[in-house]
Amino acid sequence: MPKALHRLLLCLCLWLPFAAQASDAQDFASASANDRARLLQEWAAQPDPARLGLLGSLQQGRLGPDQPRTLRLNNRLRGLLDNALASQRLLSDDAQVRLQAAQHLQRRAQPTQLGLLERHHAAETDQAVHAALGLALANLQLVAAEPSVRLAAVRLLGESGDPLARTRLQALLEPAVESDEGVRTAARTSLDQVERKLLIGELLGQAFSGLSLGSVLLLAALGLAITFGLLGVINMAHGEMLMLGAYSTYGVQILVQRYAPGALEFYPLLALPVAFAVSAGVGMLLERTVIRHLYGRPLETLLATWGISLILIQAVRLIFGAQNVEVANPGWLSGGVQVLPNLVLPWSRIVIIGFALCVALLTWLLLNRTRLGLNVRAVTQNRNMAACCGVPTGRVDMLAFGLGCGIAGLGGVALSQIGNVGPDLGQSYIIDSFLVVVLGGVGQLAGSLWAAFGLGVANKLLEPQIGAVLGKILILALIILFIQKRPQGLFALKGRVID
Amino acid sequence: MNQPLLVTATQKAGPRLSLVIGAIVLLTLIALPLLSLLPDGHSLQVSAYILTLVGKILCYAIVALALDLVWGYAGLLSLGHGLFFALGGYAMGMYLMREAAGDGLPAFMSFLSWQELPWYWAGTQHFAWALCLVVLAPGSLALVFGYFAFRSRIKGVYFSIMTQALTFAGMLLFFRNETGFGGNNGFTNFRSVLGFDITAPGTRAVLFLLTVALLAGSLYLGWRLAQSKFGRVLTALRDAENRLMFCGYDPRGFKLFIWVLSAVLCGLAGALYVPQVGIINPGEMSPTNSIEAAVWVALGGRGTLIGPLLGAGLVNGFKSWFTVAFPEVWLFFLGALFIVVTLYLPKGLVGLLKKRDEP
Amino acid sequence: MRPAPIHPHCMLEPSIDAGQGREAIGLGHVAAPGLDARHGTVLTLEDITVSFDGFKAIDALDLYIGVGELRCIIGPNGAGKTTLMDVITGKTRPTRGKAWFGDTLDLTRMSEVQIAQAGIGRKFQKPTVFEALTVFDNLELAHKTDKSVWACLGARLSDEQRGRIDEVLGTIGLQAARGRAAGSLSHGQKQFLEIGMLLMQDPQLLLLDEPVAGMTDAETEFTAELFKRLAGKHSLMVVEHDMGFVGSIADHVTVLHQGRVLAEGSLQQVQADERVIEVYLGR
Repeated sequence: MPKALHRLLLCLCLWLPFAAQASDAQDFASASANDRARLLQEWAAQPDPARLGLLGSLQQGRLGPDQPRTLRLNNRLRGLLDNALASQRLLSDDAQVRLQAAQHLQRRAQPTQLGLLERHHAAETDQAVHAALGLALANLQLVAAEPSVRLAAVRLLGESGDPLARTRLQALLEPAVESDEGVRTAARTSLDQVERKLLIGELLGQAFSGLSLGSVLLLAALGLAITFGLLGVINMAHGEMLMLGAYSTYGVQILVQRYAPGALEFYPLLALPVAFAVSAGVGMLLERTVIRHLYGRPLETLLATWGISLILIQAVRLIFGAQNVEVANPGWLSGGVQVLPNLVLPWSRIVIIGFALCVALLTWLLLNRTRLGLNVRAVTQNRNMAACCGVPTGRVDMLAFGLGCGIAGLGGVALSQIGNVGPDLGQSYIIDSFLVVVLGGVGQLAGSLWAAFGLGVANKLLEPQIGAVLGKILILALIILFIQKRPQGLFALKGRVID
Repeated sequence: MNQPLLVTATQKAGPRLSLVIGAIVLLTLIALPLLSLLPDGHSLQVSAYILTLVGKILCYAIVALALDLVWGYAGLLSLGHGLFFALGGYAMGMYLMREAAGDGLPAFMSFLSWQELPWYWAGTQHFAWALCLVVLAPGSLALVFGYFAFRSRIKGVYFSIMTQALTFAGMLLFFRNETGFGGNNGFTNFRSVLGFDITAPGTRAVLFLLTVALLAGSLYLGWRLAQSKFGRVLTALRDAENRLMFCGYDPRGFKLFIWVLSAVLCGLAGALYVPQVGIINPGEMSPTNSIEAAVWVALGGRGTLIGPLLGAGLVNGFKSWFTVAFPEVWLFFLGALFIVVTLYLPKGLVGLLKKRDEP
Repeated sequence: MRPAPIHPHCMLEPSIDAGQGREAIGLGHVAAPGLDARHGTVLTLEDITVSFDGFKAIDALDLYIGVGELRCIIGPNGAGKTTLMDVITGKTRPTRGKAWFGDTLDLTRMSEVQIAQAGIGRKFQKPTVFEALTVFDNLELAHKTDKSVWACLGARLSDEQRGRIDEVLGTIGLQAARGRAAGSLSHGQKQFLEIGMLLMQDPQLLLLDEPVAGMTDAETEFTAELFKRLAGKHSLMVVEHDMGFVGSIADHVTVLHQGRVLAEGSLQQVQADERVIEVYLGR
């Protein structure tokens, strides 16, 4: 018996620190939905470090760390729960955690938390957290009884760049909502301030998506710059090489899912060599069978490669169906970095920009620092002379063409992570990427780089102002006008005119 | 040698037989609409479907001829001729829409609850002005685009890409609902033209005859141009533009003239296409359509006048049969056609006939 | 409107100083009827410099070609001979310098077409003729006449023009080939056809880039005779590597080296020049 008593005591002692929590958990479990809401609001107003664990569990639908998932919460309760959790976190020692909590409260704080926020705002020593709490407080103070308090809050909100501040301030412009004239005027001024900040965020966001569009264009145009610029072959099936790359990604994803589900996180990396190989292989096959016979007849090449693209599209349509296929982002490519309140940079796009630049660098190195590159450049400049010097021109043509197509395949992998994958995918990029080559100057990698990013950013910046369609037309007009001034493109080498 | 009968025949009889064949084709084309007027059930009656199909192909043949004038003679491969075709079609289509709508706004506009007609459609209720638009819209667009393109010496594939981008931009513009071009659906549900019921056999027959007349006229015009010094300058321009400049010719004017002429011909063909087929939508401007026209010309033989007509007829005839019988295979066939023609038939079918002609 | 009467004295002798004289006549005056070459030079190049990305293909070059002169330009590869022709015909714009055709036409401000119409004909290094057209058509297109679009639409050959074409066909020895496509001619025949086209153009100044490349000895001799006959009526500037040919035609030779004039004078003079020997034979 004493032994059993001992054990009981021991257990009690161990459990003691959790007693408060345990009772809260029981309260919560036994309460009705309305009471639960009241309870959560109370906790939000009166945070207690001991409750942190409980709230964390509740968020996962458990009553305690070891309890089964039995709890079902509606959206309202979820919101309140998040709020309460944020309140608890304000007590944390880590400034970073407090900052996140304060940012959460800026959006979600309830009037009952006013006292809490005031206390913490006064006591906070970290500058960033202090400012964030000030804004959260200001949101609540907008409905304070004192006009002077409201005025101060409005002015404070003017300094934030949060889209929510805009809606809140907009509401205040109505005389029915805000009776005080002075506060309304201040709200007007603050609103202008907020909108200016938001505009910067929006513009940056558009410029960023322009950059990521540009990086896809760059990957497409790099291949074109090689096949068109260096070999003088215009490849209308180049867009289909992008498409093949994207479908290779899809295929790799399916295979990995089936045979190595553990490695699913990294399937895009696996897809890179596969897509390169598929596109380059198809490209080399085409070069050997069709394009080889058409060197020096660019217009004919254009038509023949268009025929090839029709066949490739139809083949993919028959194999994979006409619908778009599902290509998922792995975990490390989803989500993004919050730069401004209204500007999130998605990881997938950041990675793609970096990737495109890497590929551009590698291509440059390959063309300028290797034997193959030397051969390609030699054949470009004087095919007969190169052949006399023992350069195997046929092989060089094939490899260069394969390289161009392979790079497009890599572009397809990138594209599959940010857009839809369907049989018509290549068609929507081909015209833009040709314009990149025209604008950048034939055979100029640096020109392609600037033209791709320039065109991408211009596209995306113009889109919201005047609409996607007019933007495209305007850009086309601009390119035509630009070519009036610089017929050889941005980066053309000057030289003796050769006949 | 196991040659087709026609080839051996042409080989022997030469130009006189070609003339005879041409006359037979022309007479058949004139007879078709007349036969369609026969009462129902008559054994010789030509159905409305056949008449429409042939009429459509004839319109495409005019496009092929127009494209051949710029590509075959002047060496400018346009991948945007669908745009000019569609512009002519839209101008005519708007007139038909206005006529169908009476005094009110065209159906698609009232559907979008528009209050008034956009300025650029003003006056389209008058047939005469619609006809002017059919010429002016493609003509002026070609003039402006051509002026800038030729001024900066854009040629070869650059020119092709620019024209493709142009028709692509046009398609995007016409796809939008708010631009006043009927959006996705384009213009359709026409009722009458100049007061005549558009589905009546008589109207169809007249439209068909007009198409035949336009085709014959374009052919004559093309022949006259090809015979003139102008035609020789164009050929010279295609082969050695620099030499021509150093001879003292300004290539820009020559290119611009033939380019605008070709665009206007396309516009006229589009205007005849719309009342016969009964619909015009932005799909006509898709780059695919325009580049398909290039294969008609290439198959028939560019730089010849009959070749493009032959090519347009064959490809479109095959298309209407294939897309019904084996819809999946059509694109494979078309794609293979592009490759085979460029690889093995650089001078087209007419070139093949001519080669056999020469000893 | 009648132009203000000009004092007869001024008309006879505009000015002693050449530069002022041009000023008086009007800078950049284009397409005057008939070439104004009262100072005896048909082509005046002064301080012409062409640089491609820093590399000077032509460096402060001065060159004068007199009316009716036959001038040969020689020089090793890369001396700037073809670039010089590009500058004269308006294909390349000089970075610096003046280029005058006659006394009144500023070549640096004229387009290629205007220059050709003003009376400068050019023969390329590689013979370029209109391959799809017949020999006769080639000559017809080159004929000096109204070359606007409208004129070409309704153009008909007069008997006089036909006669002129036949005459040139005879001169270049291609009567038998008049109906053949130019593309089917041999290399040497193409050279002659191109020279024939230049004759049809009836230019004041002919620029000929390696006209006898690919010709047989007999043809070369014939060409030399032809050029000597042309000189006097026309001015010729011939770029050539074949010293024998140069010796047989030229009274005046200019040696170019690295974009500059290295020596000028008769063939014997320049061949005796130390620097020329050094450039051609190396040290």
